[in-house]
Amino acid sequence: MGCRKVLTLERLQQIRKEHRPILEARVGEAGNADINEDGSIVLNGDYYKKQVRIALKNCGIINPLMIEDYIAVDGYSALANILFNKSSGEIIDDMMASNLRGRGGAGFPTGRKWNEAFKYDADQKFMICNADEGDPGAFMDRSILENDPHSVLEGMAIGGYAVGADKGFIYVRAEYPIAVKRLRTAIEQAKELGILGNNILGTGFSFDIELRLGSGAFVCGEGTALIESIEGKRGMPRTKIHRTAHKGLWQKPTIINNVETYANVPVIFQKGVDWFRSIGTEKSPGTKVFSLVGKVQNAGLVEVPMGTPLREIVYDIGGGVQDGKGFKAVQTGGPSGGCIPAHLIDTPVDFESLGKIGSIMGSGGMVVMDEDTCMVDVARFFLEFTVDESCGKCVPCREGTKRMLEILERIVSGHGEDGDIELMEDLSETISKASLCGLGQTASNPVVTTIKYFRDEYEAHINEKKCPSGSCRPLIKYFITEACIGCTRCAKSCPVDSCITGKVKERHVINQDVCIKCGTCYEVCPVKPVKAVVKG
Amino acid sequence: MANVKIIIDGQKITVPNNISILEAAKKLDIEIPALCYDPNLDVVAACRLCVVEIEGSNKLETSCSTRVRDGMVIHTKSDLVVKTRKDILQLLLDSHPNDCLTCQKAGDCYLQKYAYEYGLKFRDHSGSMRPQLLDTSSPYILKDNAKCILCGKCVRTCSQVSDRMVLSFSERGYSTKIIADFDQTLEESSCVSCNRCVTVCPVGALVDKRAMGKIRAWDGASKVIKCKSCQYGCEFEIKSKGTVNVAVVAKPPANGRPLCLKGRLTTELLYVDKPEAPYRKINGQFIETNWTKMLGIEDILERIDKINAEKEREGKE
Repeated sequence: MGCRKVLTLERLQQIRKEHRPILEARVGEAGNADINEDGSIVLNGDYYKKQVRIALKNCGIINPLMIEDYIAVDGYSALANILFNKSSGEIIDDMMASNLRGRGGAGFPTGRKWNEAFKYDADQKFMICNADEGDPGAFMDRSILENDPHSVLEGMAIGGYAVGADKGFIYVRAEYPIAVKRLRTAIEQAKELGILGNNILGTGFSFDIELRLGSGAFVCGEGTALIESIEGKRGMPRTKIHRTAHKGLWQKPTIINNVETYANVPVIFQKGVDWFRSIGTEKSPGTKVFSLVGKVQNAGLVEVPMGTPLREIVYDIGGGVQDGKGFKAVQTGGPSGGCIPAHLIDTPVDFESLGKIGSIMGSGGMVVMDEDTCMVDVARFFLEFTVDESCGKCVPCREGTKRMLEILERIVSGHGEDGDIELMEDLSETISKASLCGLGQTASNPVVTTIKYFRDEYEAHINEKKCPSGSCRPLIKYFITEACIGCTRCAKSCPVDSCITGKVKERHVINQDVCIKCGTCYEVCPVKPVKAVVKG
Repeated sequence: MANVKIIIDGQKITVPNNISILEAAKKLDIEIPALCYDPNLDVVAACRLCVVEIEGSNKLETSCSTRVRDGMVIHTKSDLVVKTRKDILQLLLDSHPNDCLTCQKAGDCYLQKYAYEYGLKFRDHSGSMRPQLLDTSSPYILKDNAKCILCGKCVRTCSQVSDRMVLSFSERGYSTKIIADFDQTLEESSCVSCNRCVTVCPVGALVDKRAMGKIRAWDGASKVIKCKSCQYGCEFEIKSKGTVNVAVVAKPPANGRPLCLKGRLTTELLYVDKPEAPYRKINGQFIETNWTKMLGIEDILERIDKINAEKEREGKE
């Protein structure tokens, strides 16, 4: 077997030089992006123009299966520069100065985390990338992993050099097969080229990355549960006797950062700390990627500077609510987050501001809700998710969330009782104060915020047995009024036998005992201007 | 190791800095309730009952897993702490069968003890209860998942003996349960009936079947003896009513005291007045057997008989 050439800085720069024109030609041909004077390539179109893309900057531009593409957009230049010109301590200082905060949700300063592991003396340290993205409707990390995997690898390697780790693991969920495949390819290519592996660029620094696949437990996105899972144990969070940065994976100092956090790292070192701090707010510099979904016109990934008002995201980029309906609320932060009502839509999106109104930044889920959305049912939906995903270890989360869900199910099915709201408020306090991990501590946020901002909806469900937005089926009824022309359309479309009866050209009747409240009769009723079928 | 000065419920104390708040409180005779804590097992902080308030922190901390720090001011009975404990206990009671009247564990049950101390009762509700999964397959251990509070002590003690590791958690959320091997019965599984799990179970989810119906915690008298089967000397309690020894119950295992079935049966044979027939597990089935076979002393007895017979013969000659 021939001796593989050691990758040198010159070779890396040569690849960049050779490949850059190829990439530019391809971008020019595709026409979906513009090449700026400073060399940056950005996607064109209004949707992207209003965004500031750092973590997503290469997504949709480079071919994720070609390491040369990544190098052509200055990829691995930050790592190379650091290995030759900076000490570990300097990188830690830079990271602290940049004030990059964890993009997985909690917002802990990355530099401080790295510093803890850097200072802690040990024979082995680990870098972990948390790619177990599991919030319903969130796909920020997935996009980065699928479209720009090398940025994550580079971020991890920089972190490894900073804290003194030579081994990294990417814990990625198996439900992301394309991400897994592209990560595998990226790691192989990086090792083949010599930008990962032993003695990188001849500097003596070695860093290897392996994949670990998660099998679908949401709680494994919690750092300590993730570590347990990598160790081959049941994914249950550990009690924090020690910091993970001191005793983590196999009791060794371990850094766990989210995909988006790592994707930010190389860019910070390419463009500098001052540049990074010039974006976003003082306390939360940089950008954040959101997956804007729900009843919004332009659903998709949005990357904006921290501190951007919600209104700009929902209206200027998202194009407002679908079908011209009224905006009711936006849910941020996934199952741990809260619902933000219309009157708070000018809230700037950063860690502090969202926390103040009872929600969280979270990993970036952003679900827009219109006037037809029942907020009680939204709370029930998110809590059902948490109840399913609770690991079962600690009592408040395992038992408490289950009871809270039972109360919510009672309310949306029309069996709510006086005192249910207070019972939930009381229970949620205990669950959030006494639960072991973040999953339990934040599980009641969707309930607490909807009670806070939409208490009247709860009261309508409980006291009047009515769902104001008309979406809780057990609480709605369909009637046919005297306006019925006897066209039989409703009877023909009804999926239930003997539900709608009536003769041609005579008023039809809905049998309330068998009606499944599917709303088909309402949809098909041709009577104008007011339909003969009414929902009440 | 350095010493630290802390204040617990207004009492000052100096303790080594490597112990937990729960251990420090014990030194002051302040008992903090805990269901999943055991000094012989890893700390998991799962039951959350041992929460305390620490001045300067706006969170509750579990005293089993939080180490003392110099200057800590700790409150173990504040209103918030008591309210939280009550809520946690009530949540456990809401899933627990109301069976204290006939439960073998009554009088020795931590859930019962704490419910009494905090004044909590079972209450009717329309919500879920844990499914009735009663494993009666073993003649030695009764496993009642409906009573299980999932503290995980059984799993931890079982995994301390590397060739056992029979019990583990399965499923998640409210459906979480303790299973033997691949969700098998104790009979089918590789369980060796050592009773370690029974000794650590704080409730009636794992009980000693051979003591069932004979005696409960407050009945009669008990005496602790050391097992004579091997050099480990595991401890057993001989339970007696009047002059009759009715049952043998294993004491919790400790370092160098692993517990085993043979030792337990030997103790039963030696101390219990009317010991029940022993059972051996053969190919995943419990088969009733006799004491000679159970203790594996057929050859020895045969040999002793032979020697005695020879001696007798020699004496006659």
